[in-house]
Amino acid sequence: MLQVTSINKSFHGKEVIKGIDLSIQKGEVVVIIGPSGSGKSTFLRMMNALEFPTEGDVLLEGESILYRTVGNKKVPRKEKELSKFRAEVGMVFQGFHLFAHKTVLENIIEGPMRVRKVSKETAILEAERLLQKVGLADKRDQYPHALSGGQQQRIAIARALAMKPKILLFDEPTSALDPELVGEVLLVMKELANEGMTMAVVTHEMGFAREVGDRIIFIDQGVIVQDEPAHLFFHINNNNDRIKRFLNTISRNVV
Amino acid sequence: MQEIWSNIVLFSPRLLEGTLITIQLTAISLIFSLIIGLAVALGKITHNKTINRICNFYISIVRGTPLLVQLLYVYFVFPDIGISLTAFQAAIVALSINESAYLAETFRAGIKSIPKGQMEAAQAIGMDYSLAMRRIILPQAIRNVIPAIGNSAIVLIKNSSLAAVITVTELMHNGNLLAASTYQNIQIFTMVAIVYWVLHYPLSLFVDYLEKRGAAHHVTSNQH
Ligand SMILES: Nc1ncnc2c1ncn2[C@@H]1O[C@H](COP(=O)(O)OP(=O)(O)OP(=O)(O)O)[C@@H](O)[C@H]1O
Ligand SMILES: [Mg+2]
Repeated sequence: MLQVTSINKSFHGKEVIKGIDLSIQKGEVVVIIGPSGSGKSTFLRMMNALEFPTEGDVLLEGESILYRTVGNKKVPRKEKELSKFRAEVGMVFQGFHLFAHKTVLENIIEGPMRVRKVSKETAILEAERLLQKVGLADKRDQYPHALSGGQQQRIAIARALAMKPKILLFDEPTSALDPELVGEVLLVMKELANEGMTMAVVTHEMGFAREVGDRIIFIDQGVIVQDEPAHLFFHINNNNDRIKRFLNTISRNVV
Repeated sequence: MQEIWSNIVLFSPRLLEGTLITIQLTAISLIFSLIIGLAVALGKITHNKTINRICNFYISIVRGTPLLVQLLYVYFVFPDIGISLTAFQAAIVALSINESAYLAETFRAGIKSIPKGQMEAAQAIGMDYSLAMRRIILPQAIRNVIPAIGNSAIVLIKNSSLAAVITVTELMHNGNLLAASTYQNIQIFTMVAIVYWVLHYPLSLFVDYLEKRGAAHHVTSNQH
């Protein structure tokens, strides 16, 4: 489904991602964990070209989302082409980023109407179905600032789903939420996973990782330290020092 | 007292004619300056270095020279390079250009004030830069800068009085002519000042209202 091949990223000469390979299968839920500043967000953002890698490539269903082949040279894609791929890759942000001047419904139908050119009626029908799904049908005509963080994040998920993406990326979707609102967002994500949605999730929620994740990837200092099926990760890899330390810090913070 | 009243009646038609021209000058220049200002603001924030430089240069020139010089320049120099304008047209051009430089900064600040996440969220659902700008960023940015645009309109009303020097028959010019022919300086210039004040007043109320409402809105939207 999505492949990342020997990807590197530097900001102003400082190497943040140092050669990562990753292949995500259709229907797979890949959970990405790692310490703060290890490059998780940067890595995730390269999967929908919000960040352009310094080296390496990202393939969606075998096709490069970053480069076009002209003759036998690789040419960086133009903005319009990048946008075409971004429409296929949904993203949910830590800070929700709902469009502040639009109602909940308008937030959800914006992409289908303006990007997919779906008719307004069809877009609204689909949006209402999605609102039902995330349990917020009654918030249809509210503005984002009137909603709780958990509600905003569920709307953001609905907005991403409305594009019918091939894969959904989540960057710490519950980190900005009050603890009592985390559950409602994770529940929606769990449902999506059960329905077979392909997902890459950066999170510190180990319960979610264990329960929903097919694979756990541990990133530290811009490289993948471990890449294991979920059930193995939490047993075997506890003998890796860095991971052990990280898991300890996390569980201390949660308790 | 009698005389004051009869003078008011006597001067009013000329001053009203001038007032109409002043309103036209202000309104037309405002519209042009909004369009140019927005274009220059977008040019300033685009990633193209050449366009950035051109826009910065434009703003620097316009803000670094007096409006009076710009008016005279357009009126007297443009004909030499083959562009002849009526006094009214020249005033529109100069006032529009002048105000556009200030509005460009206003728009730029308005766009910059929109959180980066809005653009990224728009791009994440497949919008390209220009669509995201039009649908997501500008509507929010413009809403935020409407009070500032109101202030620009007030400045424009007053600045339009300078068009008198290139013989545009606006309020100031007509007042001047009347004063020169009747020597009723006190009365005429007082009337002129009052008319400018009256013109600015509704705008000023409008700006106050928007600023109050904007402040209230900001508080609520910051609560989450
Ligand atoms: N646009 C940028 N310009 C410069 N440096 C950046 C930029 N984005 C990220 N970095 C740097 O890259 C490194 C990795 O950042 P990144 O946000 O990917 O980490 P992270 O693993 O997501 O951390 P966190 O858990 O805090 O979200 C950090 O040192 C950060 O300062
Ligand atoms: Mg991050």
